Amino acid sequence: MPKLTINDQEIEIAAGTSIIQAAEQIGVEIPHFCYHDRLSVPANCRMCLVEVEGGPPKPVASCAMACGEGMVVKTDSPMVKKARKGVMEMLLINHPLDCPICDQGGECDLQDQAVAYGYDRSRYHENKRAVKDKNLGPLIKTIMTRCINCTRCVRFGEEVAGVTELGQLNRSENAEIGTFIEQAVTTELSGNMIDICPVGALTSKPYAFKARSWELKKTETIDVHDAVGCNIRVDSRGVEVMRVLPRLHEDVNEEWINDRSRFAYDGLKKNRLDKPYFKKDGKLQPVTWDEALKVAGDKLKTFKHDNIAALAGDLADAESIYALKTLMAQLGVEQLECRVDGAKFDTTQKSGYSFNSTIAGIEEADAILLVGTNPRHEATLINARIRKTYNDKRIPIAYIGEEVDLAHPALHAGKTLQDLKALANDKDNQVKAERPMMIVGMGAFQREDGMAVHGLLHNVAEQLGVVKEGWNGFNVLHNAASRMAALEMDFTPARHFDLDEMGLVYLLGVDNPETIDAINPRSFVIYQGHHGDLGAHRADLILPGAAYTEKDAIYMNMEGRAQRGRRAIFPPGEARDDWSIIRAISTHCDKELKFNNLSELREEMIAAYTRLGQFDEVHPASWASFGGNADSVTDEELVYPIENFYMTNVITRASETMRLCTEKFAETSEFQEAAE
Amino acid sequence: MKKFFKAFFLTEIVKGMALTLKYMFFMPRVTINYPNEKGPISPRFRGEHALRRYPNGEERCIACKLCEAICPAQAITIEAEPREDGSRRTTRYDIDMTKCIYCGLCQEACPVDAIVEGPNFEFATETREELYYNKDKLLDNGDRWEAQIAANLAADAPYR
Repeated sequence: MPKLTINDQEIEIAAGTSIIQAAEQIGVEIPHFCYHDRLSVPANCRMCLVEVEGGPPKPVASCAMACGEGMVVKTDSPMVKKARKGVMEMLLINHPLDCPICDQGGECDLQDQAVAYGYDRSRYHENKRAVKDKNLGPLIKTIMTRCINCTRCVRFGEEVAGVTELGQLNRSENAEIGTFIEQAVTTELSGNMIDICPVGALTSKPYAFKARSWELKKTETIDVHDAVGCNIRVDSRGVEVMRVLPRLHEDVNEEWINDRSRFAYDGLKKNRLDKPYFKKDGKLQPVTWDEALKVAGDKLKTFKHDNIAALAGDLADAESIYALKTLMAQLGVEQLECRVDGAKFDTTQKSGYSFNSTIAGIEEADAILLVGTNPRHEATLINARIRKTYNDKRIPIAYIGEEVDLAHPALHAGKTLQDLKALANDKDNQVKAERPMMIVGMGAFQREDGMAVHGLLHNVAEQLGVVKEGWNGFNVLHNAASRMAALEMDFTPARHFDLDEMGLVYLLGVDNPETIDAINPRSFVIYQGHHGDLGAHRADLILPGAAYTEKDAIYMNMEGRAQRGRRAIFPPGEARDDWSIIRAISTHCDKELKFNNLSELREEMIAAYTRLGQFDEVHPASWASFGGNADSVTDEELVYPIENFYMTNVITRASETMRLCTEKFAETSEFQEAAE
Repeated sequence: MKKFFKAFFLTEIVKGMALTLKYMFFMPRVTINYPNEKGPISPRFRGEHALRRYPNGEERCIACKLCEAICPAQAITIEAEPREDGSRRTTRYDIDMTKCIYCGLCQEACPVDAIVEGPNFEFATETREELYYNKDKLLDNGDRWEAQIAANLAADAPYR
């Protein structure tokens, strides 16, 4: 533990900490560009120069210099100030200074630091250099002349995303960032390069010139495009979401989010349901709320309780699921289902369907086995965590399923669950691991023998020692943001029912083709949701609800961590909060629910299901037996649930940006596969 | 006694009238025949707004939104998106002249001298609606007053 002095403040710090990190801990700000605490240290911007007394008679880069015993560091001596001014002047020599037309303007590190540490005049009168812009695909806009060659994007690609597509080419005056062969950046995390770029060289293409950072209203909320529960910030202006940015949460998404969460927001402006519709004479016609609610109430009264089914879709929030469950309980309906993607697994034991080790717990694992999941597409941030763990410890990773590129080296151990059985039995070739981890995707459960698979996985987990004292490495990776909250509230059928036999089906934002197709053509369908997609096309009655940016709602991620989302904008037209629609229906079918506002609903819900009220806490579930008879598992090949990363739900399907991404990435990769 | 004479002979009124009559008959005129004649105005005069163009006809405004940000009356509304050639341009540039307080901060903030307050002060209208200026109106103003605006900016340039 070296002890050093920074600006007359003494600090004792762990060995190996750099001066810049030590200074940050005691609140001394050292300006920097290339240094980023989640990336390696190249020390090439030279902005973080400090003076070390008794050291070399020149300033040293504080990001690359480890703290030493007895060091006396000065960050505001005349020598440091002169060095900073010099570095800033050098950086600005070739910077175009086009802040007024730059999208980074107002939130730019270079701009801020030039104001704080730069000269107000340039002494450089020669021609500035210009660098040709690169085409990095439909998400990242480049103005490479603005680049200061900090290489953060290059390091991000190599270290976090695991895709070596960007690199620094040439030397000195000619140095530039580029792709080696002209191509788009194909990682699902590419949007984060925009965030970490300290200047305006990489900016968001869909957001180009749309708004300025200072005119946006910032709302901290939770993402629903996958079940990771990424913390996001929604920036809105007026009634429009202008962009989505990640928010720091060390245990969930660190400071990254995937491209779908970041860029699918333009889908919130299209195909929206903004008034209630009712099918008259075979055609959906707009009706008033009164009429729509009356129809819904009447239908719920006329159909018998064993002839009604209620399904909760992937994007539903906990409150509306609770309201729907309570209403259905009052009506005596037991046909509830939240696994609308066709997954079959045992819901009796929480440890059987949770991400037990927690997401941050991945970093403790020393061997990982993926079964029926491609986390790169299903939960990109989980994959980023796995890659981080791989970078730190070079742990062995194997996967069972179709052959895929996981952005980190992984052994392909087979395509069927028989291969999993073989792997569990093959004692000689197993890696010795203290904390082995198994991550099971929905691909393992979305099949006829899902229950049996669940049983098999339980047995294999015990066989491989995945669960032991103080360590539960059995993880189920969900794809739907609503799933864990719905399972927490037992939104599952009491006994098996056939959707085809139901006379009335209530869809709470269900748009999964497998479920929609299973509904009897003659049954009456009520669709409550926010997009005119598959569910609304099938519906006889449409009740327009709010999307995730438009409501205060609680979501539970795959770890069982309850998190609160907040309203950024209001829903369009006559659309209403989802829980209030169900509350209104309840009066029309004479089963009035007790709560009158959101806080009353939450109080009631949290009283019944305490976990939903314990925000940002994860409670380990005890290991128990679950699943069906493992012997009846077939040797059908495992199929991943997500075919196209950019098109997974109603919001992404309505999004123009996601369509462009599909054209650029998803289809070309198929094309390449076909060519190979 | 002296005071009594002063009051008795109305000397103060006579003095006052003498001044009045002097200005009436013997001094040059100070009033002007507005609107046929107009008083001189400074090159820094802050009158009606205008959006300028470059000599080649390209509009100057680059939608940086600094004027919108600095406007203390929040009279300016701007929306922007990339034009077909990829350059940053406004799709909407509105000034609510009824909100404007003519402080001149917008032209101070403008990095490209696009929004200026020109020399025109005679833009009274009969309805409020006519005072909600849009981009076309502002560009039109710019075209109409360009010669004088350019001269004014040149005259003021040494002091900036």
